Amino acid sequence: MAYTIPVENLSGKVQEMTLGTAGRTVAVGGGTTLPFHTFEGVKSNRPVIAIEIQDVPPADWPDEVRAQYDAVSGDTVTWAKYCQDTLKADAIALRLTGTHPDRENRSVEDAVATIKSVLDAIEVPLIILGSNHVEKDSKVLVAAAEAASGRNCVIGKAQEANYKTIVAAALAHNHKLIAMSELDINLAKQLNILITQMGFDAARILTDPMCSALGYGLEYTYSVMERIRLAALAQNDATMQPPIIGDVGMYVWKIKEVTAAEADVPAWGALAERGVAWESVTATALSIAGANMLIMRHPKAVDAVRKTLDELC
Amino acid sequence: MAMSGVEIFKLLPKTNCKKCGFPTCLAFAMKLAQRQADISACPDVSEAAKATLGEASAPPIRGIKLGLGDRAAKMGEENVMFRHEKKFVNPCVIALNVADTDDVAARAKNVASSEIDRVGQKLRVDAISIEFKSGDAAKYEAAVKAAAENAPESAVILNCSDATVVDAAVKAVAARKPMIYGVNDSNIDAMAAIAKAHGLILGLKADGIEAVMALVAKAKAAGVEDLVLDPCAKNAREIIEMNTQIRRSALKKGEKSLGYPVLSNCVREDSMVEANIAAVAVAKYASIVLVSAVERWKNLALFTLRQNIYTDPQVPMQVPQKVYKIGEPSAEAPLMITTNFSLTYFIVAGEVENSKVPSRLAVMDCEGLSVLTAWAAGKFTANKIAQFVTEWEEFKEVANKELIIPGQVAILSGALEDKLPGWKITVGPREANGLPVFLKSRAA
Repeated sequence: MAYTIPVENLSGKVQEMTLGTAGRTVAVGGGTTLPFHTFEGVKSNRPVIAIEIQDVPPADWPDEVRAQYDAVSGDTVTWAKYCQDTLKADAIALRLTGTHPDRENRSVEDAVATIKSVLDAIEVPLIILGSNHVEKDSKVLVAAAEAASGRNCVIGKAQEANYKTIVAAALAHNHKLIAMSELDINLAKQLNILITQMGFDAARILTDPMCSALGYGLEYTYSVMERIRLAALAQNDATMQPPIIGDVGMYVWKIKEVTAAEADVPAWGALAERGVAWESVTATALSIAGANMLIMRHPKAVDAVRKTLDELC
Repeated sequence: MAMSGVEIFKLLPKTNCKKCGFPTCLAFAMKLAQRQADISACPDVSEAAKATLGEASAPPIRGIKLGLGDRAAKMGEENVMFRHEKKFVNPCVIALNVADTDDVAARAKNVASSEIDRVGQKLRVDAISIEFKSGDAAKYEAAVKAAAENAPESAVILNCSDATVVDAAVKAVAARKPMIYGVNDSNIDAMAAIAKAHGLILGLKADGIEAVMALVAKAKAAGVEDLVLDPCAKNAREIIEMNTQIRRSALKKGEKSLGYPVLSNCVREDSMVEANIAAVAVAKYASIVLVSAVERWKNLALFTLRQNIYTDPQVPMQVPQKVYKIGEPSAEAPLMITTNFSLTYFIVAGEVENSKVPSRLAVMDCEGLSVLTAWAAGKFTANKIAQFVTEWEEFKEVANKELIIPGQVAILSGALEDKLPGWKITVGPREANGLPVFLKSRAA
């Protein structure tokens, strides 16, 4: 009995982009099939894992992940070098947490100095993330784009409330841009349209449909990502074809399952493995749903996802 | 493939005798097409027509029960490729695979004690699979018995491709309706005979989908209908590709010989990687996910993923209405209110916990809607909140009559003060992530 593989010839594609400069570039996205369907088209590039660092020591991270970086996180440049050279990160995501008014409220000038010193120290592509404070980000990220001019970075996140200034800065300094909306395919599409209407090339956008941790709304992120991918491929909707980014670590490393001691909840098992598993299963699920880039924190979770991607790609 | 009412009508006697309870044969046919009636209600239909209709009305993926009683896990009967289209129906079985050379009793106890409660659902490792590795039939039989005894409520899977060994071992546990897994081209006749004798499920194992289809044909010819398919994916990519192809063929091409639940073997040496590979199988259509270790941390992650993937996209997850205590709040501790959408609850409770300020969080039943949606739908109004606060017993132990409402519904504060005399209404932050700063600054 001959079996005919039920191939679906999808007409669309995922945009492919290159990050970084000179010898250390990384390709993101691309391909013409649903994630890992090599039997019916051209597969996407292997999902890129960016390891997250901050402009201030990660005092707010739970012990399980914070302790991994205690020796290096006192200095952002040392931390960045450690991620590049020892952890072999594909890319580094620098989150400017310290600029948030409720945190250290670091100035725009301080943020610029941090970015410049990190860029001087690393060769892998850099993703520059704000503190998710809409007003402050629109100042910090504009200065960040200028400070990183010529390095082909990713700047983010542009949201509906502040995208104009951030898009203009990314445009002027030739960076890629993260467009973030909140768990709604229509909002994601609308933001991409607004951004391209400013003359920003859709091929330089990364869509962040908002991440959620396993057990904390993962099913919403999972389905929004699947629907964006289907719109890009099956309907050939150009506004839905940017690569997708999953900001995994930040959403995982604050919930109860990665902080509660085994003594308090014996049924949940060992905390060390539980935290790592939570981040790595979340990242794995989202890469199956369509994420082309993952921002992660724990080295052991990064390692487990890498081994999983070895099987998937 | 489903038949239309008119197609079904052509197979009926067309006598309009009304014995089926419907006024005409056509009316009955229409109900049959909508699956609101059963063909057995017609006393005069021919056997041939019954067979045709039975075939057409069967679900595209056969529903099969693994295990017995309350704990039996229904598999199959899925209707869609993507969970946003429609709910994935039957959550996959997570099964621990143990070699008969291992300490089977101890590992079976791990399965028996694997239950975890999450959002009101009791989740557990559903099955234990005993693999024939020793080469010793007596040892295998003892291992199967030990597994069955020490995991008394779990489903049992006999992972063995030697029919003689299975035949000996199956007798001890036949009443538990074990599944036989390891059925291949060379043993299928003997295995089918055992399955028929005891009414068991056969797990067919072959290299690739085409080979699996050939086994399905043989099993059906031998009279066994309850089948589970393992096309032996060699890596995670093949799990996705093969499981997708099988489901597509069954749902979209009406391929009956692939309309069965699928087993994915996710056993890996590195347990953290095994968790990820199992996650791939949970998300991508496996009905049985086979793993080699069931540490509690891994179970929690996989159960949670299974719950997330199999949640009805149209029905929000809810938590029970209640005043939740976070930390050990005194009678004067802050009291907040929110709705019972599980995500809202999890996120708000998580941020309150992060603040380290002992507090009370009142969760009001709003049919699982988030704050703004519930407000817009008239379920989180000043009237209803006031009624909840006045009538619900747990508010009586609160000394500090101050209620903190979500910033998103600041508009309710005036009306609430009118309806709750003696209470002070405070508007909290708009977003949950503002809670730690909000609570800490109040505590200071």
